[in-house]
Amino acid sequence: MIATLSALSEPNRLRIVDLLRDGPRPVGEIVERLRLQQPQVSKHLRVLGEAGLVAVRPDAQRRIYALRPEPLQELDAWLEPYRRLWEGNYRRLDALLGELKTTQTRPPKPARTPRKR
Amino acid sequence: MTPMKKTTSLNVTTPSEREILMTRVFDAPRELVFEAHSKPELIRRWLLGPDGWSMPVCEVDFRVGGKYRYVWRCERETTPGCAPGMEMGMGGVYQEIVVPERIVATEKFDQAWYQGEALCTLVLLEKGGRTTLQQSMLYESRAVRDAVLKSGMESGVEASYDRLAKILAS
Repeated sequence: MIATLSALSEPNRLRIVDLLRDGPRPVGEIVERLRLQQPQVSKHLRVLGEAGLVAVRPDAQRRIYALRPEPLQELDAWLEPYRRLWEGNYRRLDALLGELKTTQTRPPKPARTPRKR
Repeated sequence: MTPMKKTTSLNVTTPSEREILMTRVFDAPRELVFEAHSKPELIRRWLLGPDGWSMPVCEVDFRVGGKYRYVWRCERETTPGCAPGMEMGMGGVYQEIVVPERIVATEKFDQAWYQGEALCTLVLLEKGGRTTLQQSMLYESRAVRDAVLKSGMESGVEASYDRLAKILAS
């Protein structure tokens, strides 16, 4: 879990993960799409690999990187109870605001002085 | 990053090691959202936590340096950890108030199940009659933050990669 959070806490690594959500890609394509340097991307992919977030498979001369969903599912499960608790609160707040909107009018904006013609 | 399709869904992120940030859009002007966070008779109608809990105490002295105090009571057993009659209280002091856009307050639970105080910052931004709420909680340490996140009710919900994508895409 901590490995997942740490790995994702770097903006470019998060961009790589985001890109791989659409499907596996070779390193070259990641470099091109994100406009990063090859060594930088390789370093990020190594960190993501160590955290179990990406897996690599060779394809002829290329190395194809793919997302591994397991650590992300674990992270989601970890955040879920907290989110569920607040979703309940905020759904009630939605209902309350709907009620307030019909019973209260918004404080009027300061009136503009009418222009003289 | 892909923009979220459903504006009413809640985003929970951890922007730094000691922090939790929740973002949610409400279909109401921010004056109303602000009122719902500052008037006790309104707060107690939505800030209830899981089903089965009520809020018998909701005292608010809404000024900088003023205190607030909330107590929740479990009325019926709906989730593990909720025994009827069980109470949970917390409170804090308002640090900063800017009507209708910002409330900063400390937060501390009676049961001291986490160390120290949290600093909670509510920011409301309005656009086209809709309000984006940002609620951040800053804890004393990463360990405390993680304990708070873990403390939600028992989760039987299936993990879904899509939901996570939303969190990450925020």
